[in-house]
Amino acid sequence: MVPHSAKNLNVPAPRHRPGEKPEFDDLDISNAGALPRPHVMSDPKELFPFANGIIRVLNMKGQAHGEWDPKLDPEVLRQGLRDMLTTRIYDDRMQNMQRVGKMSFYMKSRGEEAVAVAQAMALDKDDMLFPSYRQQGLLISRGRDLLDMMNHCLSNAGDNCKGRQLPIMYTWKEGNFFSISGNLGTQFCQAVGWAVASSYKGEDAIASTWIGEGTTATADFHHGMTFAAVYDAPVLLNVVNNQWAISSFQGFAGGEKATFASRGIGYGMPGLRVDGNDFLAVYAVTKWAAERARNGGGPTLIELFTYRADAHSTSDDPTKYRPEDEARVWPLGDPVERLKGHLIEIGEWSEERHTQAMAEITSLVTQKYKQAEALGTLNTGERPPVSSMFEDVFEEMPDNLRRQRQQLGV
Amino acid sequence: MAKMNMVQAINSAQDVMLEKDNSVVIFGEDVGYFGGVFNCTEGLQKKHGLQRVFDTPIAEGGIIAMAIGMGVNEMRPVAEIQFSDYIYPAFDQILSEASRLRYRSGGEYWAPITVRTPCGGGIRGGQTHSQSPEGIFTHVSGIKTIMPSNPYDAKGLLISAIEDNDPVVFFEPKRLYNGPFYGDPKDPPQAWEKHELGEVPEGHYTIPIGKANTVRKGTQMTIVTYGTMVHVSTAAADLSGYDVEVIDLRTLIPMDLEHIVESVTRTGRCLVVHEATKTGGFGAEILSQIQEECFWALEAPIERVAGWDLPYPHAFEWEYFPGKARVLDAIKHVMEG
Ligand SMILES: Cc1ncc(C[n+]2csc(CCOP(=O)(O)OP(=O)(O)O)c2C)c(N)n1
Repeated sequence: MVPHSAKNLNVPAPRHRPGEKPEFDDLDISNAGALPRPHVMSDPKELFPFANGIIRVLNMKGQAHGEWDPKLDPEVLRQGLRDMLTTRIYDDRMQNMQRVGKMSFYMKSRGEEAVAVAQAMALDKDDMLFPSYRQQGLLISRGRDLLDMMNHCLSNAGDNCKGRQLPIMYTWKEGNFFSISGNLGTQFCQAVGWAVASSYKGEDAIASTWIGEGTTATADFHHGMTFAAVYDAPVLLNVVNNQWAISSFQGFAGGEKATFASRGIGYGMPGLRVDGNDFLAVYAVTKWAAERARNGGGPTLIELFTYRADAHSTSDDPTKYRPEDEARVWPLGDPVERLKGHLIEIGEWSEERHTQAMAEITSLVTQKYKQAEALGTLNTGERPPVSSMFEDVFEEMPDNLRRQRQQLGV
Repeated sequence: MAKMNMVQAINSAQDVMLEKDNSVVIFGEDVGYFGGVFNCTEGLQKKHGLQRVFDTPIAEGGIIAMAIGMGVNEMRPVAEIQFSDYIYPAFDQILSEASRLRYRSGGEYWAPITVRTPCGGGIRGGQTHSQSPEGIFTHVSGIKTIMPSNPYDAKGLLISAIEDNDPVVFFEPKRLYNGPFYGDPKDPPQAWEKHELGEVPEGHYTIPIGKANTVRKGTQMTIVTYGTMVHVSTAAADLSGYDVEVIDLRTLIPMDLEHIVESVTRTGRCLVVHEATKTGGFGAEILSQIQEECFWALEAPIERVAGWDLPYPHAFEWEYFPGKARVLDAIKHVMEG
């Protein structure tokens, strides 16, 4: 038996727990426009300030500042806003459908819509995406039909995963969107492999991958970092720091010791930390890293500093581990509200147009959902054929599976 | 005695061991403040302190490696892997390290670790929340593999596992956490409170590792099974019209061969049932050992009911899961040829 005096064992604790008043006053947040925009081929050693500060364009009044302002055409900004709104309204709808038993599970991306939408817009259509499960905005921005997304979530006959995957584990080859795995982190170094193949083939397309801050603890994260650095792979390595990994705050991934962006420095690649709720900054930083990768500058680690504003999933109750109003006092606000505020500030949007856009999107989502539901849900209507579960285990079905299929009588 | 479901029994086993032995610590993803995604460690951090029950980074390989290091330094870590579908990043640490440490060091070092992990399907969890990977672990010499089927066994076996000086992988069939499951998803949910094996002593007790248990006596054939399939098999046996004996293995490695052989020699017929995929599954091992020991007593070929040889398919859960109907068919086939 060991004497029980564990006074030296450090176990990190989050800022607040349920019942406590959340505040982030001491969070060190650079002002919008404060950081300059370095040359895209800068030596990573010169980029330390970008890993420790926060690159921001939009202030909280909706004004754009500084060298990182991508100066986007208002129509592009409106498109971004629409795609973020669509993501949010889609999420809400699907969560409700899970609640009433139409599907088994769902995960929302509330608060993180700018990450997926702005990044998708800053990349080329040929660039390959290796996401985690919280970037549905990538699909929406790339124009995937909501009906197809819903069919997947409902595991009905229209599901291109053929009923084999949990909802939200999308795959969409046509849109260069990789099949999502339920095992955390596995895609991170696979994206590097895809990018290495692109270099090998002499092609221009780059890869981009997303991982939660909690998942940076996995070995896969470090594999990705090492391999990307060694081969100067043309890849964007994105860490979505939404502060929480289910009930574990970012300190359990080492986030209290150093920023996630600063992990890049040790591997010899740029690490850029960006306000993940600032559409313009996310867009600009992604463009910077993509240009660098396309010019042979290799990988960039991007930390998207944001907040998971809703539950981890439909199986989770966040009030058990964090104050209910933490999202509301999050100092970087809400990405949809901020872009909307900016568009209004520059005279390119109004409350009326916003209300109208929301109504249009809500009715589109409802209409698509009705179509999907008519085809089938988890418990009703048309499913993929049962016999299809024996297919695609291998390219050609071996005898053991053929016999088992016969035994089941399908 | 208290009424406990399997979650409460597992919680109680850890509570008892934290109380009894201060070299016991509990850690894993979300097990601390939150109490685990299935609540198996609920309240333990509050009761025993932040330094004895705590959260970890999301890195299963790291969790098990840290457990091994702590075990080598005189502690008894109990590590939770949130779902057994996520145990694979830790596989190298379990296979190449935990299981071989005693052997390769000539007995100088060992790590008395317990790895708890929920397994199995039936909860609409899709491929990554439904797997039964026990057969991958039983193949590795040097680790003990346990899978209880009820609250009473779960608590007694978990305490034994924590007190054991060898590494133990402790699989918890999550479909059984709240109540027994007889294989039909349309049945109303069952509660352990109404089941005799939901009667669990509050204090310390053990169930020996490596001892099987006959849960249904019979004379005409023997079903050897474990985990969720104990209940499914018993339900099928009840419907079959035959006098079927059902053995719950409880511990897979070391396997209680003597217990099985006694039964099969008496009944002359045998069916092996598990939820895991068939090819190369632990059932193949059970079957061949019975064949080696009981060949001359057998009146019919031994058969297996198992999961189909494919990843667990979300929309086809109940066509995939080896339910009552398949067990019943197999019972008839073994009896009638
Ligand atoms: C290898 C592995 N371990 C554990 C899990 C269970 N799990 C699913 S999501 C999650 C938290 C992930 O947090 P983070 O990486 O921060 O991403 P977020 O959910 O915040 O987007 C955990 C532990 C898993 N899916 N895979």
